[in-house]
Amino acid sequence: MSQVATIDGGVHDPQRHDSGSKHVSGSAVYVDDIPEPPGTLQVFIARSEQAHADLAVCDLSAVVGSDGVAAVLHARDVPGTNDVSPVASDDPMFRAPDGLVEYHGQSLFAVAAETIEQARFAAAQAVIEYHEQPAIITIDQALAAKSFLEPPYTMARGDAAAAIKAAPHVIDGRIEIGGQEHFYLEGQAALAIPGEDEDITVHCSSQHPSEIQHTVAKVLGIPSHAVTVEVRRMGGGFGGKESQGNLPAAAAALAARRTGRPAKCVYDRDDDMIITGKRHDFRIDYRCGFDNEGRILGVEFDHVLRCGMSWDLSGAIADRAMFHADNCYFLPSVRIRSYRCKTNTASNTAFRGFGGPQGMVGMERVIDQIATTLRRDPAEIRASNFYAHKIKNNNDRKTTPYGMIVEDCIMQDLWSELSGSSDYHKRRAEIRVWNSKSAILKRGLAMTPVKFGISFTNTMLNQAGALVHVYNDGSIHLNHGGTEMGQGLFIKVAQVVASEFQVDLERVKITATTTGKVPNTSATAASSGSDLNGMAARDAVGKIKRRITAFLAEQYQTDASAVRFEGGRVFVGNESLGFDQVVREAYVARVSLSATGFYATPKISWDKVTATGRPFLYFAYGAAVTEAAVDTLTGENRLLRVDILHDVGRSLNPAIDLGQIEGGFVQGAGWLTTEELVWDQRGRLMTHAPSTYKIPACSDRPPVMTINLFSGGENVEQTIYRSKAVGEPPLMLGISALMALSDAVASVGDYRHYPFLDAPATPERTLWAVERVRQAAEDTT
Amino acid sequence: MNPQQKITFLLNGQVETVSDLSPTTTLLQYLRRQKRLTGSKEGCAEGDCGACTVAVRDAQQGSPTLAVNACILFLPMLHGKSITTIEALTNPVDGTLHPIQQAFVDQHASQCGFCTPGFVMSAYCAAAEGEDTDDAHLCDVFAGNLCRCTGYGPILKAARVGASNSDSQGALTSTPGKDIPSGGALLDYQANGQRWFGPTSIEELAAICAAHPEATIVAGATDIGLWITKQHRRLETMIDIGRVQRLKNMEDTNTTLIIGAGVTYAAAYAKLAKRWPDFGELLRRLGGRQVRNTGTIGGNIANGSPIGDSSPVLIALDATLVLRHGGKRRRLPMEDFFCDYGKQDRAPGEFVETIEIPLDTGPDELRCYKVSKRFDQDISAVCGVFNLRMENGIVARARIAFGGMAAIPKRAAAVETALLGRAWTQATIEAALPAFADDFTPISDMRASADYRLHVAQNLLRRYFHESRLSLKETRLVGHGEALS
Repeated sequence: MSQVATIDGGVHDPQRHDSGSKHVSGSAVYVDDIPEPPGTLQVFIARSEQAHADLAVCDLSAVVGSDGVAAVLHARDVPGTNDVSPVASDDPMFRAPDGLVEYHGQSLFAVAAETIEQARFAAAQAVIEYHEQPAIITIDQALAAKSFLEPPYTMARGDAAAAIKAAPHVIDGRIEIGGQEHFYLEGQAALAIPGEDEDITVHCSSQHPSEIQHTVAKVLGIPSHAVTVEVRRMGGGFGGKESQGNLPAAAAALAARRTGRPAKCVYDRDDDMIITGKRHDFRIDYRCGFDNEGRILGVEFDHVLRCGMSWDLSGAIADRAMFHADNCYFLPSVRIRSYRCKTNTASNTAFRGFGGPQGMVGMERVIDQIATTLRRDPAEIRASNFYAHKIKNNNDRKTTPYGMIVEDCIMQDLWSELSGSSDYHKRRAEIRVWNSKSAILKRGLAMTPVKFGISFTNTMLNQAGALVHVYNDGSIHLNHGGTEMGQGLFIKVAQVVASEFQVDLERVKITATTTGKVPNTSATAASSGSDLNGMAARDAVGKIKRRITAFLAEQYQTDASAVRFEGGRVFVGNESLGFDQVVREAYVARVSLSATGFYATPKISWDKVTATGRPFLYFAYGAAVTEAAVDTLTGENRLLRVDILHDVGRSLNPAIDLGQIEGGFVQGAGWLTTEELVWDQRGRLMTHAPSTYKIPACSDRPPVMTINLFSGGENVEQTIYRSKAVGEPPLMLGISALMALSDAVASVGDYRHYPFLDAPATPERTLWAVERVRQAAEDTT
Repeated sequence: MNPQQKITFLLNGQVETVSDLSPTTTLLQYLRRQKRLTGSKEGCAEGDCGACTVAVRDAQQGSPTLAVNACILFLPMLHGKSITTIEALTNPVDGTLHPIQQAFVDQHASQCGFCTPGFVMSAYCAAAEGEDTDDAHLCDVFAGNLCRCTGYGPILKAARVGASNSDSQGALTSTPGKDIPSGGALLDYQANGQRWFGPTSIEELAAICAAHPEATIVAGATDIGLWITKQHRRLETMIDIGRVQRLKNMEDTNTTLIIGAGVTYAAAYAKLAKRWPDFGELLRRLGGRQVRNTGTIGGNIANGSPIGDSSPVLIALDATLVLRHGGKRRRLPMEDFFCDYGKQDRAPGEFVETIEIPLDTGPDELRCYKVSKRFDQDISAVCGVFNLRMENGIVARARIAFGGMAAIPKRAAAVETALLGRAWTQATIEAALPAFADDFTPISDMRASADYRLHVAQNLLRRYFHESRLSLKETRLVGHGEALS
């Protein structure tokens, strides 16, 4: 038998991004690039200028009469429900004229005009008077006022307080962790086009087209079937387009409905940063008891997080922070309590990691401080606390604080490989010698692990659909519920379809996500995109293949097991047929060549009342070694070198996965170093543009960066081709940057005093940490 | 010659004429709305993200291909220039990608793709100028471009591969200058009730300024652009100094360096960096490449920003401003130009003509310290500039100026006094530190607290002292040449 050909562009192949050549030539179409239908109106959202106030007067008569204005929209113009919240019905689309405003930047009304300049100018003509109320801006103010969205929620196993009391060593402390602006390069954007009946089509930049659909239907008071939402691509999402696109889409849709004209709502950068929520800032108080080897015996965490003025997704985010308070470590006795503060600030929202990173930073801080207390290498303390390796055949040291058994721990393997490949121990010793001779600059090194749970913790959301058509020329149309925000989901799922059909990738046309093709989808979030949609697409392909197989088996009077799809051809026994030919024959024989696919993640469950269950199908693992340097005169700091080893199971596309890892690390390091959100006392965001909010620039990337995929990676669970999710986990590799800076700071006190470096480690925070350590060193001599 | 009343420029090889759009229409608005060239993106509308980057060339033979931010360039500033956008890099006939574009695809250098056209254009301009392609240099090339997805590694690689392939494929031969329609004489553009003057001679400029004292004088618009895109202001009359060749001169006498008010940071860089390496280092970190290609040192002074980085260094160098009103000139020490927050000693109708820097400061006597949250393209929390001279171990000269420490760029007079005539020792330094509190009462804002500013200002004096004995490798985290690597 001749050698079987292989296909081009199947799974595991490092395919380029499907839109790459469109990105580089400027021909990739984003919402604001779609040719506007004639008569398209531009919508501007007018915002509250107070953080907490009653609207005393809201006179819009001058707005209505302003040049170019086609419609002024406010609460009483909403035909359906005046709400754009994702979960809790607590985000009014427009504040009622006699209502309360709850953050600076809250939507009051919208203006639709011929140009955005006219709309903006008109909005400024409104006469608005406020009765200002005392505003709760900070975590301290929220705690003092007991301003919570719900009572504190606790997750516990064993008696942590007793374990800590009995422990040979105890530490306690507090870490403040700042929030993070998504800074997707493309701001929120929606274009609504009215159709016949009550129909409306919305093109938008959203990770969650179904939610946009449901929100538009809810606001307009029409059934979901009248609303079609299409998303071809986003210019970045990072969680910031999971729920935050609801308002601009609803505003554009309402303007279109009111005027009968197409309407577009595109936030400019400042509007976007002021209106939308961000990553939650956290304060974590901790207390930990451990033995002489640094093994944790008991630990207590209090998570206090700033949720903003409404729920948005804060419940699940706060939960995920708790789920990751253990990171990679077995905690024999543990109590985690979560305080969800309601504040007069923008409602904080999903951001890559979804609370997990903050929970993990708390745990890494504890380990770091244990190491200083025992004067040991933090990497050793980390390793001695890992969950038991998967090969261990009992469940000893495998149970999480929420009762799930960690069945797939491979951290020991990653850890030893990375510490070898990064030369961790040798460099650590060299850096200490170097520091002893360097008066002003100090270097630091840290190795930190990541274990991240994969699945939506809300079990319901772990479902996905796909739609696959094979046309009678043999070309394949792929659609699924996932959205493309740059993460390479589309190419990965197309590679799955190519592999399943055993055809070349170029046969597969990737098409825009639309609620008209695949309904009731979940957000492309929780790193689940390729896990869920890859499986759904495979299910759809399987249905078509089974129909073709049955047809061929009958045609050739043979058993179905004799039919194989392989290397671009279809074999029936020894007979080799072209894919095109088979498709044509099947079509002629009236075989359906279109199928929907569906997938629901197995095994998972979660009981919030008892705080136990198996919320995750599996865990993704990774580790990073970061070397950093600090200027002890100014606190300025930079990263010098990073070595990463990350587990993506059997990669669906190693090039895409490496890109996610590098980008995730830099974004995580940015969160913990240069990216600082500042509000003034009145709750106004002072950092609402890139001139004041500093995401990493090109030179902030460590000059030496070595990233490898864990070669032994294979998901123990039956995921799509045994791959693992990769979207969020690498962001938390950036925690090593914070710990490396802390290590550098500790050098000024000869590593005897813990620096308590908070995040983000701006020059200012870093300098104060240096001064603290110096002072502590002086005080003890 | 009669004034020209229409704006004419070359866009992707085609002549464009504009006669009815507001003179404060930005190039980006024009590209996206009028021309439906949507490859250039708006990411921030303030010149900080580079998603709108396009290439601009002057008509003059041999003028460089410059990356600029289309989002804050006004259309009349492009009169007589040639613009290349991302769309023109791709072969229009067969759609073949430019080697730089192809390298971005091959190296997986785009993820969401929104910043990508801007990065490609920055890489293209650098390659067209034959610039280095080592990582450190490319970080400068891309300092004005933000990417939130990739972590930049693949972009650096793509720029390197793309430049090399462009060279070998001869893909960087730019359109000859003679195709660019002549800008000709004075541009007097009126539309939307607004008026824009684009004089070409210094006399014309002086006359127009005197006749329109209420006008806003525009140089690179890297600040004034934001008055439109961020503050949504309306400007009635504007006078563009960017077409006056005389103001673009740099003249080196034996004792003085004279910089015309229209000299961009980019044009000034080589000369200043050669004379004073730290001045160069400060400029390297000022704005991004695109900002430095249009922004001017004169503009940075004239708008009186308390956080502009040029002013403290020029004060420390004892520079003199030459201000001109009609035919009259007056000379003013730089430090006297700044009166109060947003208030300068410039009369209506008066404009900055030149900046004169005495050449009596040695290369290593001048140290410029810019402290910000991010090294590149960030506004200083504190910018401290020290110009000290020791004679026989005694401090013989001390000119110290700070930005970010007061409502205006300001000298540290008390600190200077505490140093002058004293022995150059650690003890002298420590004794001088309390004087900072006499000189400055900084504020707390989103960039830093007052405490931090004061503390760092003191530490920068300590740094100067250390740097008189240690190599920069031992004191500097970043910088070209000697720094920690």
